[in-house]
Amino acid sequence: MRLTAEESHLLDGGQGEVLAQLMREQLTVGEFFGAERFVPVTNAHFTGDPEVLGTEGVAYLERLAATGLRVTVPTTRNSQAVDFEHAVELAQHPDLLTAERRVRQMLATLGVATLNTCIGYQSVYQPHLGEHVAWGDTGTVAYANSVLGARTNYESGTAGIAAGLTGRTPEYGFHLDAVRRANVRVRIRAALDDVADWGAVGAIVGERCRGYWNVPVFELSHGLPHQDELKHLGASLASFGSSAMYHVVGVTPEAPDLATAVGGRDLVDDFEVTDQDIEAVFARDLAPRDVDVDVVVFTGPQLSFFELKRIAEALDGRTVSDGVRLLLTTNSMIRRALEDQGLLQVISAAGGTVIEGTCWYLMDPAAQREQFGWTRLVTNSAKLVNIIQAHGYAPVLRRTEACLQAALSGKVPAP
Amino acid sequence: MPPGGTLRKGTGAVTARFRAEQAAGPFAEAPALVNPHSFSPRYDLDRVRGVFSRTGHPLRGEAVRGNVLVSPDVEGGVAGGWVFLAMRGADVGPAALVFGRTNPVMVQGAGTAGIPIVAGVDTAFFEAVRTGTWLRIDPAAKMVEVLEE
Repeated sequence: MRLTAEESHLLDGGQGEVLAQLMREQLTVGEFFGAERFVPVTNAHFTGDPEVLGTEGVAYLERLAATGLRVTVPTTRNSQAVDFEHAVELAQHPDLLTAERRVRQMLATLGVATLNTCIGYQSVYQPHLGEHVAWGDTGTVAYANSVLGARTNYESGTAGIAAGLTGRTPEYGFHLDAVRRANVRVRIRAALDDVADWGAVGAIVGERCRGYWNVPVFELSHGLPHQDELKHLGASLASFGSSAMYHVVGVTPEAPDLATAVGGRDLVDDFEVTDQDIEAVFARDLAPRDVDVDVVVFTGPQLSFFELKRIAEALDGRTVSDGVRLLLTTNSMIRRALEDQGLLQVISAAGGTVIEGTCWYLMDPAAQREQFGWTRLVTNSAKLVNIIQAHGYAPVLRRTEACLQAALSGKVPAP
Repeated sequence: MPPGGTLRKGTGAVTARFRAEQAAGPFAEAPALVNPHSFSPRYDLDRVRGVFSRTGHPLRGEAVRGNVLVSPDVEGGVAGGWVFLAMRGADVGPAALVFGRTNPVMVQGAGTAGIPIVAGVDTAFFEAVRTGTWLRIDPAAKMVEVLEE
């Protein structure tokens, strides 16, 4: 890679051995993927909490924090594993809480804003077309590349914090025009009326065209999606297919039309997604219908203000069925706004619990299953359905209204 | 055990050589553990014990420690980036990683943990390699070599 004088100085230890080591790690990744240079970033987003860090990762952060280094670009932190207010009632282990307090201190020392959100693009910072950022969390990457037209790869593990500290990242992958062009054409012939429908599309396309370097382009037959629908599409595509970018013709800034989105790249697949295909995803139930529901979860990604407002209005004056737990996750800013608007109280009065700063699947759901005897789970998140099976749950994907019906009736509804 | 695995450099004649398009990390020699599916360190492994733990996985119960983990592709999200460091700390990590195709998560994670990683290896390699086959991973030369039994 060609380095600037400043980068060579960093690499040579001019600002300390720790920064030099971080630069070496970034250089290794860049050379692996054929990057020719580093590119400055305006923003970084770090994924790490005690659950994913493990003992060694926590020790790594401790060593970084002890150096006195601070991030050089605004850096936020992703959803994490703990909500202190609800930790006891959700059976979170005291050791996890202790470790999370330590990690927050270390990140604060490094200058990282522990906003603990996977929807910063809806509530914290929205990079513009062509802006280079270094974001961890797959859903945030998909949204940045696909909806905002910003440019980022998956910045996992230490890479997110390294970019925050060095202010740069190797220029490869989705920082480059050629990689951003679409190579999978998907013609949507379905009415996608709910975020769950968009998650189902992500499941279908992610499974069929799995791979970080595949970029689907969607042509729609029924109007354009809103922000929350695109959020679920990206999160599901990333979960099922490790996709970092998609185009929606007429939405993605780089996709005013199909030809521009493809940009001359060879298509490796071209297919339709119909209403029947969507219904087939809803029919993958792992719990039988009309049996008792244990838990209804809205999460994966965290909910926006308007998603929560809609749910609050639907629950107003009603009560969640005995024996059913209704959980919803968002970030602290949106939860506060919800409270200011009197909507948090509506959800609480109905029996729902709004958790902040985490995505529920990060909160040791296997321990909750064992503690509370939960198995049958209903959600409108295709991503959660994909993840939660590994934790011993039998999940059911339903549209938002049907999820609320499940919470109120206590039974698994038909799709 | 060092990240390079069970070193026995210089022993065993080379029976086949395969070029890798992408490579990073130190030299290693170790037996292969062949995963026929896309690999996700987060979803597939119990990172504390370093064994495959995914329900229904053909390698369920197999330890990756000291082996060259061979997979045709990768899947999963960014949380996997911490897994290799965690496994190295617990001394249960792989000696090296060989992929047909990979993504930044694996490279970033392996780089931090000091584990050699190569990708873009010819498909003929994946048809030839079997679990237990001794491999020499030479990232500096972008080469994967199969060693005589």
